[in-house]
Amino acid sequence: MNAAFTPAELEFQEEVRAFLAAEFPSEIRHKIARHVPLEKDDFVRWQKVLHRKGWAAPNWPVAFGGTGWTAAQKYIFAQEMAKAGAPEPVPFGMKMVAPVIITYGNDEQKQRFLPDILASNVWWCQGYSEPNAGSDLASLKTTAVREGNHYVVNGTKTWNTLGQYADWIFCLVRTDITARKQEGISFLLIDMKSPGIKVSPIYLLDGTPEVNEVHFDNVRVPVENRIGEENQGWTYAKVLLTHERTNIAGVPRSKVRLEELKAGAAAAPDGQGGNLLQDPVFAHKIAETEIQILALEYAELRALAAVSVGKAPGPESSILKIVGTEAAQRIDELAMELAALQGLPFVPEQFEDGFDGELIGAEGEASAMLTYFNNRKQSIFGGSNEIQKNIISKAVLGL
Amino acid sequence: MDFSFSDEQQMLQESVQKFVHRHYAFDARRAILASAAGYSAEHWALFAELGWLTVPFSEADGGFGGLATDLMVLMEEFGKALVVEPFVAGVVLGGGLVSALGSPAQKEHLLPELMAGSLQLACALYEEQGRYNLASVATTAHVSGSHFLVNGTKVLVLNGPVADALLVSVRTAGSERDVEGISVVMIASNTPGIVRRDYTTVDGHRAAQIRFDNVQVPVSALLGQQGAALPALQQSVDRATLCVCAEAVGALDMLLHKTVEYSKTRQQFGAPIGSFQALQHRMADMFIECELARSIVMMAAMTLDADVPEAQKQRAVSAAKSRVGKAARKVGQEAVQLHGGIGMTDELDVSHYFKRVTAIDSMFGNADFHTARFARL
Ligand SMILES: Cc1cc2nc3c(=O)[nH]c(=O)nc-3n(C[C@H](O)[C@H](O)[C@H](O)COP(=O)(O)OP(=O)(O)OC[C@H]3O[C@@H](n4cnc5c(N)ncnc54)[C@H](O)[C@@H]3O)c2cc1C
Repeated sequence: MNAAFTPAELEFQEEVRAFLAAEFPSEIRHKIARHVPLEKDDFVRWQKVLHRKGWAAPNWPVAFGGTGWTAAQKYIFAQEMAKAGAPEPVPFGMKMVAPVIITYGNDEQKQRFLPDILASNVWWCQGYSEPNAGSDLASLKTTAVREGNHYVVNGTKTWNTLGQYADWIFCLVRTDITARKQEGISFLLIDMKSPGIKVSPIYLLDGTPEVNEVHFDNVRVPVENRIGEENQGWTYAKVLLTHERTNIAGVPRSKVRLEELKAGAAAAPDGQGGNLLQDPVFAHKIAETEIQILALEYAELRALAAVSVGKAPGPESSILKIVGTEAAQRIDELAMELAALQGLPFVPEQFEDGFDGELIGAEGEASAMLTYFNNRKQSIFGGSNEIQKNIISKAVLGL
Repeated sequence: MDFSFSDEQQMLQESVQKFVHRHYAFDARRAILASAAGYSAEHWALFAELGWLTVPFSEADGGFGGLATDLMVLMEEFGKALVVEPFVAGVVLGGGLVSALGSPAQKEHLLPELMAGSLQLACALYEEQGRYNLASVATTAHVSGSHFLVNGTKVLVLNGPVADALLVSVRTAGSERDVEGISVVMIASNTPGIVRRDYTTVDGHRAAQIRFDNVQVPVSALLGQQGAALPALQQSVDRATLCVCAEAVGALDMLLHKTVEYSKTRQQFGAPIGSFQALQHRMADMFIECELARSIVMMAAMTLDADVPEAQKQRAVSAAKSRVGKAARKVGQEAVQLHGGIGMTDELDVSHYFKRVTAIDSMFGNADFHTARFARL
C-alpha cells in the first residue's frame, strides 16, 4: 500500500503547475477571485486553451482525444486546477453526453459530435428532469413519436443548468408509452435551434437565472440523432449517472476552499482582540471539516485505485456524492459564520465585471451567504442525497 | 403556571393575522420589496393606527405596556408572513434606546412621533472589527466646544436608508473594547459628513454601511449619561434579539407546515414523498426543532418580563438565540432539501423563509456567539 506520488508523477505535477501559471487567463482568474459569475465566453475561452494543450477531456479514451493519464495523473490534474482556481470544464458535453456517445453512439455520431465537444465549439445541456419526474426520473413524460425519419417531441424539461447558453440538449424521451416505465425511454440529441423549442429562465433563491425550463412543442428531431437503440435510453442514462457521481466529490476544490477559510479566519477579528482562528469553537469546526475531507479524499483514492485496475465505478461512488456535497456545504456554513454581519448585504453589482467601488466586507464575505444559499442545490441534484442513500441501502447493504 | 395568551394578546394576534391575511400575500410582499423605500408607508401608517407601534413601550412612556411576551405574540405573526416593515430595527431597538437612555424631554419629543409612525429611527451599533461585540466601539466622539465630532464606520445599520435619525454608539472615553466610555448620540441622517452606502440584505430588508467623517453633533444630542451607555445598549439589543427569535419561530413553523403539506401532494415513485419513512423522520425532527425553539423563546420572553437580575435576562435571551439559530439552520435546510429543486427557486416562498431565518441567525450574534455568552454569564 502506497499513496505517495512517484518521481514521474511529481514531474507531471510540475508540468501542470507551469501550464496553469502560464495559460490560465488572468482575466478569468480575476473574475473568480472577485466572485464575478463567469459567462459563456469565459468558459469557452478557457476550455479552448485546455483543448490546445490536449487536456480538455482527461476521461475520454485516447482515440477520441483523451489524455491517456493514469488515475494518479487525473487526480494531480484536478488538484492543481483547483489550486489555481481554474474552473473545471462545463460537464454537460465533456463529462456527460460524450461518454454516452463514445460508448453507445455509432461512428457517424462520434465523428459528428465529439470533435466539437472536445474543442468547445458546441455547448450542451442536460435534459433529464421534468416538473413531475425528478427523483423518479424514469416516470418522465416528454414524448417522441416517430413520423418517418423524424421523431416529433412534445413535453417540458426543467432545471436545465445553463440551458440559456446551449446549442444542443441531450434528452431522455418516451418512445413507447405502453412499456414498463424504464423500458420505453430513448436517448435523443436535439438541436436547440429547432423550431418549437422555447427556453424560459428559472431564478434561483440567490437571484441567478442559473437554470431553465425547456418546452418542446412539436419539435422535429431526425431519427439519426437517437443514440443506440430505441427504448434502451434508460440503460445508457444510468451509465452516465454513475459517471456523474464519480466526479462529484470535489475534494480538490473543497481543500482549496478550506485553506481560504483558514486564511480568512486568521484575518477576521473575533471582536475580543483576537482572530477567529484562535477561537477554540471555530477552530474545532474547521478541524472537523478538514478531517472529514481527508477521510473523503482517501475514500475517493480507494475508488480511483479500484477503477484503475479495471473495476467499474460501483454503488460505493454514492458515498463520494453524499460526503463530497456535505463537506462543501459545511464549508459554506463556516464561511457564512465567518462573515457574520457582513454576509447579509446583497450587493450584486459588487460581483459585476468592472466594478471598481469599495467592497462591503472583507474579500469573500459579501458572497458567503449567497454561496451558502446557492450550494444547497448540491445535495439535491445529480441524484439527491436521499436517493444516494437508497442506492447504498439496496445495492451495497442488500436491504 | 399559565402559558395561555391574555385577552389583549389574543386580540393583538388576531389583528395581525387579519392584517397579513388581507395585505401580505406573497406577490404583495414582493411588490413592497421592489419599491424604493423597501417597506410600505401605508402599512406603516396602519401599524400606527392599530397601535402596534406602541407595543414595545411602557405605559409610563405612553405605550401599550412594553411586555416582551406581547412583542413575542406580534413578532411570531410577522414571521409567519415575512413582514418587512422596519418594526424591530426602528421601533423596538431605536425606540428601546430612546426609552432606556433619553431624558424626559427627549422622550417627549421622540416617542410620540415614533409611536405615531412619523419618525423612522435606525441604530448604528456594530463595527467591522467588533464582530458581535457591542463594546467594541472604535467610532469616536470628541468634544469640540458645544459639539461632538464623530468619526468612524458602522456596518449593517438596519433601516439606515430610510431613517430620519441615527442612534450611534460612540466612544467618548477609553480604548476600543472598554465597557466604560461608550455613549449614544442621536444624529439627523442629513447631517453633513455622513456617508451612507445603502443596500438590500439577502432577505430583502434595507440596511446601510455608514461612515461618519467629522460629523458635528450638538452635545445636546447625547442620550443618557456620557460614557455609560453599554448596559442600555445591551438591554435594547436583547429585546430586539428576542423579537427576531419570535419572528423566526413563526417563520420556522411556516417552513415545517409548507414542507409537510408539500410532501403530501408531491408524487414520486407512485406515492406521495411524505409516505417515505426516511422523510417522515426528517420532518419529525423539524417539528422537534420548531417546538424547542418555540418553548425556549417563550421562556426568554417570560424572563424578560419577570423581576429578575439583568444577568438572568441576558442568559435567557442568549439561550433562545442560540437554540433558534440551530433550528434555523436545520429546519431551513431541510425544508429546501425536502422540496427538491422547487425549494431552490425564487418563485416559491419557501426559499424566502429560508433566507430570512438564516439572516436572523447571523444578526445580533449568531448561535456560537450566544452559546458562548450563555456559558460566560
Ligand atoms: C440548481 C439545480 C440544477 C439542476 N440541473 C439539472 C440539469 O442540468 N439537468 C437535469 O436534467 N436536471 C437538473 N436538476 C434537477 C435535479 O436532478 C432534480 O432536482 C433532482 O433529481 C430532484 O428532483 P426534484 O427536484 O423533482 O425533487 P423530488 O424528486 O420531488 O424530491 C423531493 C424530495 O424528496 C426526496 N425523495 C424523493 N424520492 C425519495 C425516496 N424514494 N426516498 C427518500 N427520499 C426521496 C428527495 O431526495 C427530495 O429531498 C437540477 C436541480 C437543481 C436544483
